[in-house]
Amino acid sequence: MITVENVAKSFVLHNQGSAIIPVMDGACLSVSAGECIALVGASGAGKSTLMRMIYGNYTTQAGRIIVGEVDVASAPPRDILALRRETLGYVSQFLRVVPRVPTLEVVAEPLRAVGMEAGSAEARAKDLLAMLNIPERLWSLSPTTFSGGEQQRVNIARGFAHDYPALLLDEPTASLDATNRAVVLELIERAKARGAAIVGIFHDEAARAQVCDREVDVSTFTPGYIA
Amino acid sequence: MTPLLKVERLSKFYGQRIGCADVSFDLYPGEVMGIVGESGSGKSTLLNCMAGHQPLDAGQVLFNTRTDGMRDVVTMSEPERRMLGRTDWAFVHQHARDGLRMNVSAGGNVGERLMAVGERHYGGIRDQAMDWLGRVEIAADRIDDRPKQFSGGMQQRLQIARNLVTGPRLVFMDEPTGGLDVSVQARLLDLLRGLVREMGLSAIIVTHDLAVVRLLADRLMVMKDGHVVETGLTDQVLDDPQHAYSQLLVSSVLQV
Repeated sequence: MITVENVAKSFVLHNQGSAIIPVMDGACLSVSAGECIALVGASGAGKSTLMRMIYGNYTTQAGRIIVGEVDVASAPPRDILALRRETLGYVSQFLRVVPRVPTLEVVAEPLRAVGMEAGSAEARAKDLLAMLNIPERLWSLSPTTFSGGEQQRVNIARGFAHDYPALLLDEPTASLDATNRAVVLELIERAKARGAAIVGIFHDEAARAQVCDREVDVSTFTPGYIA
Repeated sequence: MTPLLKVERLSKFYGQRIGCADVSFDLYPGEVMGIVGESGSGKSTLLNCMAGHQPLDAGQVLFNTRTDGMRDVVTMSEPERRMLGRTDWAFVHQHARDGLRMNVSAGGNVGERLMAVGERHYGGIRDQAMDWLGRVEIAADRIDDRPKQFSGGMQQRLQIARNLVTGPRLVFMDEPTGGLDVSVQARLLDLLRGLVREMGLSAIIVTHDLAVVRLLADRLMVMKDGHVVETGLTDQVLDDPQHAYSQLLVSSVLQV
């Protein structure tokens, strides 16, 4: 479902003496349907960078990143937008929303975007919010004023609303209490069971051990790495 | 799918100076494109040229019309272009007073565009005007007031209602949130986002506010000195800008 082939990336900082910072070289990775892999490596090794490249949020200089039928590394914006709508979900660490939009709408939006009618989309959003223990009295409010943990859970509810065939999870259990952490792991298990291919970053080792089938050490993709 | 708008090698010069040069892009139905750049980068010139408010020196602006397919707006007759401006196109000006009739009531401002497309039934027009004032959150008892009596934010919302009442397919916006205080901006963003999704309209938004494009635009075009220096997915251009100028633009924003 997700295949990364010989991918390379460097950042060029034009306004800081045109410094070139190579961050990745020869990255390879493959995730099948129903499989969850964990990206591991020290802080700064490039876990988030690789994840952002798979999402098309960062450009890729060389190689291919195939998600479903699309090569994210070379596809035009329109194809990536369609891929993100239908196929590829991403739970980032930060919730970014239009101010004033109620939480329920924020969570239902990915479903509305794939054409689900309002009633069913809302019902599904309500289920997820209830599951993640967001009190019902908050559903009609914008999440911008919520606590960090609540925002994170709203973000997760939104990320799991549509059944994406491929999912990227950046620290989905960070800043969650034990109860909610268990709910998130349950959501990940369910996604795997329905056949989603998942790439995750988990600093939480117990969580990683529980849901991930394999680990991929991204430091082996650092330019100049000698095995 | 055919693009809704296809701009090919559009150029505009002010004497020796470049307004905008050699701009090409496609816009598809339902897409929102942001154009960013500093003052004088040519973004408003480009917008005005596309919308037919300014003559251009070279290039084509092809629009997928309902009846005749792709037509070059530049070579279209003036009446045809004006008809397009009243039906399928909308233009939201930075200053609401440029897009409103200041001596006509709020209801009249909205109703006028309906009458321009042949609506004649007074009750029907008033009902639709009322409906749209509600959607942009202007109280029903203000329908007979003139825009002069409105605050800046209300005027901007009225301008949007006036523009969208005829169900356009393409909306040009020039700094739609410029000059408004932040709470009003948020309200307007929420409104625009809802309208884009409900009505499936396409929009081109010129702004220098990167937070606005991040929330509203699917794609981004960065302009400098009349040239397009970078295009791409909005989040990609903002998070991993490639061109020196885009990097400067993104890194210059104050974090809040």
